[in-house]
Amino acid sequence: MSDGMHPAIVSGQPSQSDENNPDAPLFEGEYKDRFDKILSRYPDKRAALLPVLSMAQELRGWLSPETIGRVAELLDLTSAYARSVASFYTMYQLHPVGKYLIQVCTGIGCDLCGAEGVVEGLLEATKTRIGETSEDGKYTIVEVECLGGCGFPAMVQVNDKIYENVQAKDVEGLLKELD
Amino acid sequence: MAYPYAHPREVRVLSKYFGDKDAIGIDGWIERGGYTALKGVFEKSPDEVIEVVKESGLRGRGGAGFPAGLKWSFMPKDGDRPNYLACNADESEPGTFKDREIMRWTPHQLIEGIIICSYAIRASHAYIYIRGEFVDVVRVLNGAVVEAYERGYLGENIQGSGFNLDLTVHLGAGAYIAGEETGLLNSLEGRRAEPRIKPPFPAQQGAFGMPTTVNNVETLAAVPHIMENGADWYRQWGTEKSPGTKLFSCCGHLQRPGNYEVPLDFSLKELVFDLCGGPPEGRQLKALIPGGSSVPIMTLDEIDCDCTYEGIEAAGSFLGSGGLIAMDDSTCIVHAVRKMVEFYAHESCGQCTNCREGTSWLAKILRRIERGDGREEDLPLLLDVGSNMVGKTICPLSDSAAVPVVSSIQKFEDEYLAHIRDGSCTAAR
Ligand SMILES: Cc1cc2nc3c(=O)[nH]c(=O)nc-3n(C[C@H](O)[C@H](O)[C@H](O)COP(=O)(O)O)c2cc1C
Ligand code: SF4
Ligand code: FES
Repeated sequence: MSDGMHPAIVSGQPSQSDENNPDAPLFEGEYKDRFDKILSRYPDKRAALLPVLSMAQELRGWLSPETIGRVAELLDLTSAYARSVASFYTMYQLHPVGKYLIQVCTGIGCDLCGAEGVVEGLLEATKTRIGETSEDGKYTIVEVECLGGCGFPAMVQVNDKIYENVQAKDVEGLLKELD
Repeated sequence: MAYPYAHPREVRVLSKYFGDKDAIGIDGWIERGGYTALKGVFEKSPDEVIEVVKESGLRGRGGAGFPAGLKWSFMPKDGDRPNYLACNADESEPGTFKDREIMRWTPHQLIEGIIICSYAIRASHAYIYIRGEFVDVVRVLNGAVVEAYERGYLGENIQGSGFNLDLTVHLGAGAYIAGEETGLLNSLEGRRAEPRIKPPFPAQQGAFGMPTTVNNVETLAAVPHIMENGADWYRQWGTEKSPGTKLFSCCGHLQRPGNYEVPLDFSLKELVFDLCGGPPEGRQLKALIPGGSSVPIMTLDEIDCDCTYEGIEAAGSFLGSGGLIAMDDSTCIVHAVRKMVEFYAHESCGQCTNCREGTSWLAKILRRIERGDGREEDLPLLLDVGSNMVGKTICPLSDSAAVPVVSSIQKFEDEYLAHIRDGSCTAAR
């Protein structure tokens, strides 16, 4: 327990990091260490499914059928079962996305305060449509519902970063910051 | 200190250190009086702790308002099976953003509450089920959990008390329904977050089939203060049925949106007009949702009440999660309701026909009204569909979707009719 992350906090996080590798091994090195620690926190292996799927996505950027199958195998679950769970949760990307997954909250709080303009601005600047990845593979823009920060509209999540109070006029700066 | 705004009329118990970066780490937290409640707690028996929380009258802040002490008392005391605590940090009810602020500014406040609750319900493992979107909050919380382990507030023999507790941060992956307590338990177990039929209740058969208490972040964060200062101290605020202070997340068309903590008997109207500064300059407030998007919409002349559970209910809505959404006269009610209903349609887990079909039909009909393609019969149709969604399903998500539709048609029928008859919107945009 003295090396690596504390077992209390090893859960994978379901958003991709800026640097991900679709061919990364499941799991080696520090990730293998986290995998073992995740298992130690639950009375059965099934409970590790979300933390481990999340870790796989953190590493590989999205969850291919092969990735899900491999996670299932590691946890003694069938891949059909793991897929049925993975498809329930919106943060699991079952298709590849751009280097930056830009999620704009269009829930009621943000909708009342200009979220639509942010979405329009982003689509225009990246020349994409909702859910599509830009030609250069950099951006995928999606709408999400309530990111839990409704007093700071619009809330925008880019990979594993949160931006508060984003308005249409901030779009240019936001994209510049990512580059 | 406050984030982003403070108001002198607030009573800051939970939110005292919001905005104070030095309160986040364990040393800063201890300097500010953190973890002092624990000593007194360990001198009491678990049942005595439950008794204090019962006397305080603390009610669950996740939406349903169930008395916390009473919930804890349902947990078995014999201990031949493990008991669990699941802290509900899934916060995803549109309009609600208070748990996020508690965790990102005062993570140790929550951890102390979790330790006390676990001791009282005889749990030796607690899970914080936190929504996966809270990436920055998770980083803060993770840091605090590790600090608490390192300093002997978690793990074995906590502060020499003989009490052992493990705490695990468990991330969700995007599902509003995982906030419903049995959906949460299924999700924690590695399943789809589909709510379970009750009974059995979580206290009988919860996580991994074992007795489990599910409590909201704000509920647990209030516990250290109650244990340190006593039930009577907590009852100096609020009413007999709604004691204490509560965080209100205020969003929408307001001059100063954000979280405000007030005694529960504070005036709802003054919360909106004084603390939040009312609607933007030159605008009129048109409608208010006081407790997250699943409670009935209120009109301006209905909000002359206090913020208690019973006060808001008498005024025709519910306190819910305390997520207050303000809409000014530029708001198209049909559009706003359509947005809220689409949320529930998207988040319905699909187990119950009335909810699965009802939510998508409501959304479909609302879309055509908003576009100007509505028909005169659509209003009775919406009400009919809505009435078949209330009280008929495994969990109340179905009711939540029907409520804004039904209440808005009752209160803003003119606006629906203008869309239907003239294809136009009467909002002052
Ligand atoms: C559809 C639905 C979503 C819910 N979402 C949340 C949530 O995000 N956070 C929360 O604390 N409670 C939520 N609840 C309430 C929980 O089911 C449960 O009552 C609560 O966590 C109990 O804690 P408390 O007694 O401390 O309030 C939700 C309920 C329903 C029906
Ligand atoms: S009411 Fe809706 S969300 Fe709740 S269990 Fe039924 S289908 Fe699922
Ligand atoms: S509505 Fe956008 S964060 Fe809640």
